Amino acid sequence: MYDYTDFDEAFVRSRVAQFRGQVERRLDGSLTEDEFRPLRLMNGLYLQLHAYMLRVAIPYGTINPRQMRQLAMIADRWDKGYGHFTTRQNIQFNWPKLPDVPDILGALADVGMHAIQTSGNCVRNVTADHFAGAAADEIEDPRPYAELLRQWSTDHPEFQFLPRKFKIAITGAPNDRAVTRAHDIGLRMVRNDRGEAGFEVIVGGGLGRTPMIGTTVRDFLPVADLLPYVEAVLSVYNTLGRRDNKYKARIKITVHETGADEIARMIEARFAELRPLFGGADQALLAEIRQAFAPPAFRNAPVDAHEAARAADPVYRAWADTNLAPHRNDQYAIVTISLKAHGATPGDATSDQMRLIADLAETFGHSEIRISHEQNVILPHVHKSDLPALHAALSGARLGTANVGLISDIIACPGMDYCALATARSIPVAQEIATHFEALKLEHDIGPLKIKISGCINACGHHHVGHIGILGLDRAGVENYQITLGGDGSEDAAIGEKTGPGFAYDEIVPAIERILRAYLDLREGPGETFLMAWRRVGMAPFKAALYGEASNRHAA
Amino acid sequence: MSRFTPKVVTANRLIEGDAVYLCADDRWSVHHHEAELIEDEAHAQMRLLHANAQRGVVVGAYLADARPGPNGPEPVHFRERFRTVGPSNYPHGKQADQAHV
Ligand code: SF4
Repeated sequence: MYDYTDFDEAFVRSRVAQFRGQVERRLDGSLTEDEFRPLRLMNGLYLQLHAYMLRVAIPYGTINPRQMRQLAMIADRWDKGYGHFTTRQNIQFNWPKLPDVPDILGALADVGMHAIQTSGNCVRNVTADHFAGAAADEIEDPRPYAELLRQWSTDHPEFQFLPRKFKIAITGAPNDRAVTRAHDIGLRMVRNDRGEAGFEVIVGGGLGRTPMIGTTVRDFLPVADLLPYVEAVLSVYNTLGRRDNKYKARIKITVHETGADEIARMIEARFAELRPLFGGADQALLAEIRQAFAPPAFRNAPVDAHEAARAADPVYRAWADTNLAPHRNDQYAIVTISLKAHGATPGDATSDQMRLIADLAETFGHSEIRISHEQNVILPHVHKSDLPALHAALSGARLGTANVGLISDIIACPGMDYCALATARSIPVAQEIATHFEALKLEHDIGPLKIKISGCINACGHHHVGHIGILGLDRAGVENYQITLGGDGSEDAAIGEKTGPGFAYDEIVPAIERILRAYLDLREGPGETFLMAWRRVGMAPFKAALYGEASNRHAA
Repeated sequence: MSRFTPKVVTANRLIEGDAVYLCADDRWSVHHHEAELIEDEAHAQMRLLHANAQRGVVVGAYLADARPGPNGPEPVHFRERFRTVGPSNYPHGKQADQAHV
């Protein structure tokens, strides 16, 4: 993977030193909170309900074992022995104390990590397909482009004070696992008629208060034009984007207000100005970065152990069926380690689990680890003969749950258990759905299903693109949960539709059960997933299941 | 004329970041029930000014609705109730830091 250059290292170190001075000045009273707040946010430090929270970037979800062990060390030394992986491929520590944060940032810098641009109105951590560099369906590894974007956007003087935060997602595969259509810029690799690789450029997607699926402004952008084109998009947005109203400041509103055709025209015009200014240094840099993402030396060995275990052990078989994805080398598999053991907090890993994952990545995974926006951990390159031993080791640490892509593999934001912006809790709802359907033994019967939960309208839990989305709200001083159905974060992206009035905290799990029992009754067979069934039958049967017996519930 | 809903002054501590409540004797307590229950609007504003002046101790002071209870003031809104107990997924925060709430 990409290692920091001396330049990166010096930059991060200087930022740590600056922040150390800022914290000292805050503590001795020379800085007020109003002065300090933007400075701490620039370093990923938030103040939440019960404590500070430090958000650390994991660029394009790629992390090595040494870094993972350092996160475990930080969790033990300065936090409460765990970390929370987020939907933006970041990790959050929920309990740091202010005077310790400069030391934590120093410990991160020791392993080439930082919290820069994890907050504020700048280009945030660039997210990528978590199967990047391994997936069978991939055209090209998108991470060199993501790294190029990271370097270009870090401290970019023109883009530090954008109208609002700016999120870029990139995938090198036509099957979109990076939710590119719900980002400010989504880059989806495609081939043109001549077989060349390029990007479909999608602009103005986003969730939150006004969810929108992005519009394609370029069907095919040659890869060599990436930086000037992205810079053109940012430049147009920086000029047009509204600074008068925070709720209308994201580029999705700019696109909406300007019109898709007009914005595409403006981007192309700006691109025409910028393109000649890129003299090839970016391409030289890209070539250099590519070296850092060379695939590992794949082994060539029999895979019988995997087949034998699959035939002999139903527990292993269930795990292999859900948690493995096709690798482009068919002796290999991509392993998703579920951080969603039934009843666990989605996305949380203890320091012991982090260390075990680091060890297993070294033993079985060519030392590569990825974090997914779905809040799981990926070992992208595992030889199939090593899978049984890997599974056994994971199972001993509550990491072997066979539920990836199933009902208990829930995305849930921190919600009102941590987040100061929340209007309701999300974690306990996720925990209860997972344990409830586990107890009913319906999980595997229901099959592929994505439930996504957010604790407020900001939609960090991506509820709009959940097959079943749950949004926690405050209705007259009581937690209330609104359900959406039919959302989809893939290349066929769609925003879910509201079912109707929301449900109280103790009604939400039974409501989800009613939806899924209706699905099981009406599906044409186990091959018809929930999403397929939804697309066939629409809202009516689910609405009837939810609200049919009107006397049983109060509309909220 | 609507009656003034009683309030407590609450904030987060600058160093630890945890939720605290302003007591009548000007201490900051981690226990909601030790807070001063303020029943008068003008007094509430005075106490908030007092809290905001303590820039080296607390951050983000505000007035939160409260009501009298057998052991002292109790939170009204669920958000404030969660702040008095800590997260629901782990026994961290106030649950770990104190024997009882
Ligand atoms: S969706 Fe809302 S509650 Fe959840 S993490 Fe984001 S801001 Fe917080």
